[in-house]
Amino acid sequence: MATAALRVLEAEALHYRRAWRGSVVSTFLTPILYLLAMGMGLGTLVDRGAGTAELGLPYLEFLGPGLLAATAMQVGAGDAAWPVMAGIKWRRTYDAVLATPVAVRDIVTGHLAFTGLRLTLMATWFAVVLRLFGIAPLPRGLLAVLPAVLAGLAFSAPIMAFTASLKSEQGLTNLFRFGIVPLFLFSGTFFPVEQLPDALEPLAVVTPLWHGVELIRGAAVGFPTAWHPAAHVAVLVGFLTVGLVLAVRRLERRLLR
Amino acid sequence: MTDDPLVAARSLTKRFDGFTAVDGIDFQVRRGEAFGFLGPNGAGKSSTMRMIAAVSPPSDGTLSVLRRDPVTEGPAIRSRLGVVPQEDNLDLELTVHENLVVYGRYYGLPREECRRRADELLAFVQLGDRADAQVESLSGGMKRRLTIARGLVNRPELLLLDEPTTGLDPQARHALWDRLYRLKQQGTTLIITTHYMDEAEQLCDRLVVMDRGRIAAEGSPRELITSHVTRDVIELRFAVGEQDTHVATLDGLADRLEVLPDRILLYTADADVTEAAIASAGVRPEATVIRRATLEDVFLKLTGRTLVD
Ligand SMILES: Nc1ncnc2c1ncn2[C@@H]1O[C@H](COP(=O)(O)OP(=O)(O)OP(=O)(O)O)[C@@H](O)[C@H]1O
Ligand SMILES: [Mg+2]
Repeated sequence: MATAALRVLEAEALHYRRAWRGSVVSTFLTPILYLLAMGMGLGTLVDRGAGTAELGLPYLEFLGPGLLAATAMQVGAGDAAWPVMAGIKWRRTYDAVLATPVAVRDIVTGHLAFTGLRLTLMATWFAVVLRLFGIAPLPRGLLAVLPAVLAGLAFSAPIMAFTASLKSEQGLTNLFRFGIVPLFLFSGTFFPVEQLPDALEPLAVVTPLWHGVELIRGAAVGFPTAWHPAAHVAVLVGFLTVGLVLAVRRLERRLLR
Repeated sequence: MTDDPLVAARSLTKRFDGFTAVDGIDFQVRRGEAFGFLGPNGAGKSSTMRMIAAVSPPSDGTLSVLRRDPVTEGPAIRSRLGVVPQEDNLDLELTVHENLVVYGRYYGLPREECRRRADELLAFVQLGDRADAQVESLSGGMKRRLTIARGLVNRPELLLLDEPTTGLDPQARHALWDRLYRLKQQGTTLIITTHYMDEAEQLCDRLVVMDRGRIAAEGSPRELITSHVTRDVIELRFAVGEQDTHVATLDGLADRLEVLPDRILLYTADADVTEAAIASAGVRPEATVIRRATLEDVFLKLTGRTLVD
């Protein structure tokens, strides 16, 4: 079983090798652009006001780790959306894979493993960027790689399950429009969730992103986490596990009927 | 032991949300033969193939494939099967050669072995010169050949072909038939679905005629024709509106009469005798075609419908 999942991972890597340019440029350039515009541009204003005192650290240091978590979410969500839909429906490549001894759970774990690899690459590069901007020394930045991978996968697995039950791509568009984008903006990346209206605050707390942000901020800049780090990890592992089980079940129901 | 069927189905049934796509069919496929499912759209051919391929659990009945149970031993069965699905699902983002290598890897073959087999199979399906092309740039016939090559990458004992030549031009079809014939010669057991009676006649040693989820008849193409229809068929076409006036006269001139919307078919053991009788009865059709009976006629007799509408 484990080896079959590795074959899936290998095939995904081969795909990536053929189409890496577009995604690499955006993965590598985006954090730099954000940190320049929001961190240095906007950050200067924040720090000049009451920002630093309220946040407990300079804005750039607040933003950098948050941005890593948000990027992990986007990579994880994106990987579980369109490529999965293509495998199920648009190109039916999953049908081709399932005609071999490879099973649905191998497709799911292999795909998640590949997403994990991409997240590792992205987060490692992020550690370098954090160092370049003087936000975190390299060892601390690298310490944030693991939580970033975990946060990304905590999105990827449940979204894979979601995609598996979709009839059309409209559901994916809605997921990003009403789920991922709002999370990106309101889940503690750009400002602390305490700034949200009280009614919305618990909403941010139940999403994996907030837990990822807390862990990464703790790892990269030593900011105290809201909960015990183990509790944040447990929540993320929970999302990942439940998502994985659901994804396998729904894909089996859909593809092996 | 060697006489054990490679595939055996009893009362095999497939239901989708209450709709019965395969309705309790029985059949056996022997090692080394080419076995066909001939039937029109919606007959249940693909549903049956997917059950044999161990990717669709039967709703009822029993099925054994390579002496194993497809529900509990799916991976073991699939490792010895080759599958050519009705619709090509090649990986459009990879090259022709990569498609085969990646697929070989799914069967757990070493990378070097995958590359060797890919070269060999591309030569076999005459795509050697397109090895590095993107799949997207291939013609329909080339894609089909590549899908067949992909289905052979694990050197399967049993190859399932769901409508292998639908949508191809006559030349491409004949080229494909030739490859399939060679595979059979090399000892691969073939299961083929088709709604082309000429394909069934060319390729299949034995076949079942399938309609609306049931099997209407079974046998070799020859047997089916001799046991269900006469040797010769005369097709008569008349001017618009005239056909009906001749039915009564023609009835009795042949063993059997089949009245279709656009023509009348007369089934007879000797076309010359019947043609003369038609002429002396004073019937003057616009066009007359005399031909040998085919599986299409068998299908028409058994189901009252034509195969390809
Ligand atoms: N996944 C499915 N869900 C619901 N109904 C299905 C499903 N697959 C097949 N059917 C129905 O079962 C019937 C048989 O379909 P099947 O694809 O097996 O026929 P077929 O003989 O392969 O036809 P064709 O020549 O058009 O390929 C059809 O009425 C079809 O609509
Ligand atoms: Mg079909």
